[in-house]
Amino acid sequence: MINFLLRRLFLLGTVLFGLSLLAFSLGYLFPGDPLQNFSGIRQLEPQLRAELTAAYRLDHSYLSQYLAFLNRLWHGDWGLSLASQQPLLSEIRQVLPATIELTSYALLVSFLFGVPLGILAAIKPEGYLGKIINTITVAGYSLPVFWWALLLIMVFSVGLGWFPSGGRLGVLYEIPTVSGFMLVDIFLAETPYQQVILLDALRHLALPTVVLATFPTTVMIRFVRDAMLEVWEQNYIKTAKAKGLSRLQVLYRHGLRNALLPVIRQIGLQFSALITLAMLTEVIFSWPGIGRWLLDSIYQRNFPAIQAGLMIISVLVITVNMLTEILHTFFNPLARKR
Amino acid sequence: MIKYCLSAAMLALGLAGCSAEQQDLRADGLVYCAEGAPEHFNPQRVTSGTTIDIISQQLYDRLLDIDAASGELRPALAKGWQSSADGLVYEFDLRHDVQWHQTDYFQPSRVLNAEDVVFTFNRIMDPEHPFHFIGGGIYPYFQSVDWASLVKQVSAPEPYRVRFELSRPDSSFLSNLATDFAAILSAEYAAQLLAANTPQLLDSQPIGSGPFIFREYQKDVLVRFYEHPHYWRGPAAMQQLVFDIVPNNARRMAKLLTHECDVIAYPRLAELALVSERPDVKVQESTSMNVGFWAFNTQRPPFNQVKVRQALALAINQRAILQAVYFNQATAARSVLPPTSWAFNQQLATPEYNPQAAKALLAEAGLASGFNMTIWAMPVQRLYNPNALKMAELIQADLAQIGVNATIVSYEWNTFRRKLTEGEHDSVLIGWAADNADPDNFFRPLLSCAALESGSNRAQWCDPVFDRILNQALLTDDQLQRRSFYLAAQQYLQTEMPLVALAHSQRIQAINSQIEGVTINPYGGIALFSARRVQP
Repeated sequence: MINFLLRRLFLLGTVLFGLSLLAFSLGYLFPGDPLQNFSGIRQLEPQLRAELTAAYRLDHSYLSQYLAFLNRLWHGDWGLSLASQQPLLSEIRQVLPATIELTSYALLVSFLFGVPLGILAAIKPEGYLGKIINTITVAGYSLPVFWWALLLIMVFSVGLGWFPSGGRLGVLYEIPTVSGFMLVDIFLAETPYQQVILLDALRHLALPTVVLATFPTTVMIRFVRDAMLEVWEQNYIKTAKAKGLSRLQVLYRHGLRNALLPVIRQIGLQFSALITLAMLTEVIFSWPGIGRWLLDSIYQRNFPAIQAGLMIISVLVITVNMLTEILHTFFNPLARKR
Repeated sequence: MIKYCLSAAMLALGLAGCSAEQQDLRADGLVYCAEGAPEHFNPQRVTSGTTIDIISQQLYDRLLDIDAASGELRPALAKGWQSSADGLVYEFDLRHDVQWHQTDYFQPSRVLNAEDVVFTFNRIMDPEHPFHFIGGGIYPYFQSVDWASLVKQVSAPEPYRVRFELSRPDSSFLSNLATDFAAILSAEYAAQLLAANTPQLLDSQPIGSGPFIFREYQKDVLVRFYEHPHYWRGPAAMQQLVFDIVPNNARRMAKLLTHECDVIAYPRLAELALVSERPDVKVQESTSMNVGFWAFNTQRPPFNQVKVRQALALAINQRAILQAVYFNQATAARSVLPPTSWAFNQQLATPEYNPQAAKALLAEAGLASGFNMTIWAMPVQRLYNPNALKMAELIQADLAQIGVNATIVSYEWNTFRRKLTEGEHDSVLIGWAADNADPDNFFRPLLSCAALESGSNRAQWCDPVFDRILNQALLTDDQLQRRSFYLAAQQYLQTEMPLVALAHSQRIQAINSQIEGVTINPYGGIALFSARRVQP
C-alpha cells in the first residue's frame, strides 16, 4: 500500500511540475508584455517595472525565472487580475467554493439517484422498469446541457415562477462571506431570517443542481446497472444463491459491495466532465463560480486570471482523480497488488 | 406565498416554514436591475448614465434640484439663494439639519455646512487641492461647461452660507448646480481620509447626505445600499436598495418576469408590447431631455451648401424612422430642443417628407445627377438612438430615391468618436442627452464655435450669427427675454440645417406592478427615494 501511495504521489508531482511549466510558459505565449502577464498590473511605471523585473528575475535565464515563478506561487503571490486589479488568489478564494458547492451537490444527487435506479434497472433488465430507466438514461445522456438549462428556466422559472432564474441567493439577503460555501455561511450568519434565507438558497440551488446532475446521474445509472449485471454472473453470487440466501440478501451482502467498487473510481473519471459542464451551467444560471469567472476572464483577455484559473482547475481535477483512485485501491485488495 | 410553499414541498426538505415574517425582508427591499456596473461612486467624475442612475440621486444631495414636471429649480440643500444685480455673485443659505451618512468607516461629528460645499467645488476647480488629481483630475461635466473659467471663487462667509463669485454672468449657472454631477461631498470625511493617507477611498467608499447609505459593492455583481435613517427629507420608503448588475437584456427581462427584479433599466423596445400585457408588469414612460439627430459635416462639399442640407432633410421619411427604430416610443423632433422645454419654438414647421422638392433643391444646387456620401452610424445603443445602423439603412434607401448614393460606415465606439472629432465623416447619426434643464445645454455643446474646438460639434459648424444669439441669451436672467433669443436660434437652425433633428426618445422602465413612486428626472438619473411596495 505504501509503495502504491508513493508511486501515486510521484505521479502527482510529475503532473504538477508539467502544469506549472505550462502555466509559466503561458506568460510568454499570451500576447502582450510578459511582465504584465505575470504581475497583472495595468499601469507599470518605470520604477515599478524595474523592481518587478528584478523580483521576477526576467533579466535572468528562463530557468531562474521559472524558479522565481514557483517561489511566488508557493508564497501565494499569484499576481493581480488585469480587470479588477485585485489579487487573483483572493478572487479565486471567492469563486471556487461556489463551484465546489454546486458540483458536490450535483455529485451527491447523481449518487443518491443513480445508484438505486441502476440497481432497479439491473434487477430485471428486460422488464418494463428496466426498459423505462434505460430510455430515460439515454435521453438524459444525450441532452445538451445549455438547452436543458434554458428549457428548465423557461418552464420552472419564467413560466411557473417556482424557482429563480439565476444567482446563488436573493440579492436582498445579506450574508457575510465566511467560508464561501453558501449553506455554511447561512448557518454561521446571525439573522432572525435564517430559515427563510436557507430556503431561498435551496430554491436557487435547485435548477442548477438538476441541470448539472443530469449527465453524471445517467452515467451512474448505466454504470451501476452494468456492474451489477456483471457481478450477478460471478461464481460467488451463484454460491450465495445456492446457500439459500434470499434475493435481497444476496444483492446486499455480496452483489452491491462488489458492484459499487468501480463506481468510486467512476466519480474521479466523471469529475473533469463535471467541471466542464459546471462552467456552462454557471454561465447560464449566473452562478458566481470559477467557471463563469474564467469565461469572463477570457472575454476580457485577462491573461493572468486565465493562467491562474487553468492552474487551479487542473490541480482540482487531478487531485480529485488521485484521491478517488487511492480510495478505490484502499477498498479493493485486488487493485493493491497490481 | 403558495408558490414558495410548493417549491419547498417539491424540494422535500421539510424546511417549509411559510410564516408571515419571511416576506418582511423582501417587502422592505427594492431590487433595481441595472444594465452595467458603476465606474466608481462619485458623480463629479462621471458621465456614464449607468453610474449616475445608481449613485447620484440615491447617495447624494445637491444645492438645488430640478422639478421633474416643470423643469424649474427648487431648493434642496440650499434653502434659498440670492444673486447680485450684475449676476456675478450668488449666495446660498444652507439647511441646518442635513445629517451625513454614518457608516463603519465614517462617524460624522457635525451636520452639513458651507465648508463641505467649498470643499466639493474646490476639488473640481483648484489644481492645488489635495483631492484634485485623485482619480486622474478629470471632471467631464464641469470641464464641458468651462466651470474653471466661469467660477472665480467659492467661499463660506458664514457657517451656513456659501458664496460663488463668477467671472461673467451666466444664466445657466444655477442649472449646473442642480445637475446630478454637482453632488455635495463631506469635507470632514475627506480630511479623515487624508489623515489616514487613503484619499482614493473618497470615490470608492462614498459618504453623502442622500436617502441611502452605501453598504457594499461586489464588483460586477451587485451594489447594496441601506436607508439613511436621519435623512433630512425623512427616511426612504424602502429599508434596503440593491442594484443587481445584469448586462444581458434578455436575462434582465426574465428576472423581471420571475420577480427577481422590481425595476429593470432599458428593456428592449421590441419586447415591450408583449410584456405590458402581463398583469404583474407595468411599463413606465417618461420624457427624457434628449435628441437623436443626423449631422452633416458642413465643412465638406457639398454639405457646405445650405440647399444640399435642406434637400437631404426633405428626402428622409421621419415617420418611418420613428416606427422602425424607436418603435414609436419617441416624439418626432422639430428642433434640437424637445417640445417640453420652456424655450421650444411652437412656430416651427413640422418636417415634411418630399423627395420631389428635395430633387428640385439638389438641381438648384447644381447636383441634379446626385452624388456619393457616407453615413456614419454609431456602434452603440443609446437612449436617443437605439439602433443607428438600422436608421442608417432606412436613410440610405430614402437617399437612393433622390439619386444620392450613401455608404454606411461604423467603427468601434472610441475610434468612432475620435474620427468624428477629426471631422472624417460626411454625415453622422448620433445624439445628445441634456444634463440640465437649461436650453443652452442643447445648443452650446452641439453647435457653437467653442464646441467645434472641444470636438463635440458633430456638424463642424461655426456660425458667428448663431453664436451671438446664444451668448446674448445667457447675459440676461429674464426668462421671457431669453426665450425670444432661443426662438430665434431655433428658427435660424431650421433655415441653416446643419443637422436634422429626428426624435426625442422616451425613457422606459419596466416595473413590477407592486412598485410605486419610481421617478425619473428628465435631466438625469433615476430617483428611488420614494419607491415603495404596495399590494396591487
